[in-house]
Amino acid sequence: MTLYVILEGVIAFFLVAGGIFAFIGSLGMAHLRDFYMRLHGPTKATTLGIGCTLAASMLYFWVTEGKPDIQEMLITLFLFITAPVSAHLLAKTGLHQQLKYVKKTSGSPHELRREEVGEKPVPHPDKGHG
Amino acid sequence: MIQSRSWLRTPLLSILLLIVWLLLVRSMAIGHILLGGFLSIIIPLVTRRFWDVQPSVKKPWLLLRFVLRVLADIIVANLEVAWLIVNPWRRLKPAFVEYPLMLEERFTITLLANTISLTPGTVSANLRMDGKTLLIHALNVEDEEALIEEIRERYERPLKEIYEC
Repeated sequence: MTLYVILEGVIAFFLVAGGIFAFIGSLGMAHLRDFYMRLHGPTKATTLGIGCTLAASMLYFWVTEGKPDIQEMLITLFLFITAPVSAHLLAKTGLHQQLKYVKKTSGSPHELRREEVGEKPVPHPDKGHG
Repeated sequence: MIQSRSWLRTPLLSILLLIVWLLLVRSMAIGHILLGGFLSIIIPLVTRRFWDVQPSVKKPWLLLRFVLRVLADIIVANLEVAWLIVNPWRRLKPAFVEYPLMLEERFTITLLANTISLTPGTVSANLRMDGKTLLIHALNVEDEEALIEEIRERYERPLKEIYEC
């Protein structure tokens, strides 16, 4: 019986932790200062949030149904594959649109520099390769 | 793998697809094995043109160590980013960092970029098409050189060892 209590505690811990992380991720997306910083919330905190929730789910059904089920692992797997790709594409789109970023950001990639002189269109740096 | 003319060009991919299919439907019934087998042969054939040649894994045990390290780093990264977000006294120093790549294969560069996106406070933003630099946006950077050095030592060198040499 005590085993059940401990397991319940563990499951509850995972659920609460998952909820907190997912919330923090969304909070980051809502209130960080610029597009590129907001991107960090959903790619990281949310991944762990969902991971924790799925771990709780896995554990719960393992305890109640008596046999392990790794189906939830698939969701985590797909998430790990898709999250960085979509983050990369979003960041790339942001660069392409030359979205503004906060002043204190150090480093100025040439993707975001405005051409200072001349009216001629600037060839995209990627052009002419692969 | 690409050169062979048989209808089963990528056996590993097919097996992986079959396993994922069986896990998804949660059954080992003969019908599902047949359907999954059929799909796992058809899908690689249809999507063949999207695939790059994948370099073979030279040192599988290093790959395993790499995966475990990345998983651990993901958890640490999550905690760090979560703290950065909620900490009211934070003074974030975001930065664009240009990371000079040592890797050459497109496949391994993809792996590195994904790893960077998943780990400490960094998102890979743009791969310059000449394949020499990766533009990274970092949430909080004290020292750019240290960041580059860390990525180089922790992720790129193992990847290079695993796949390229």
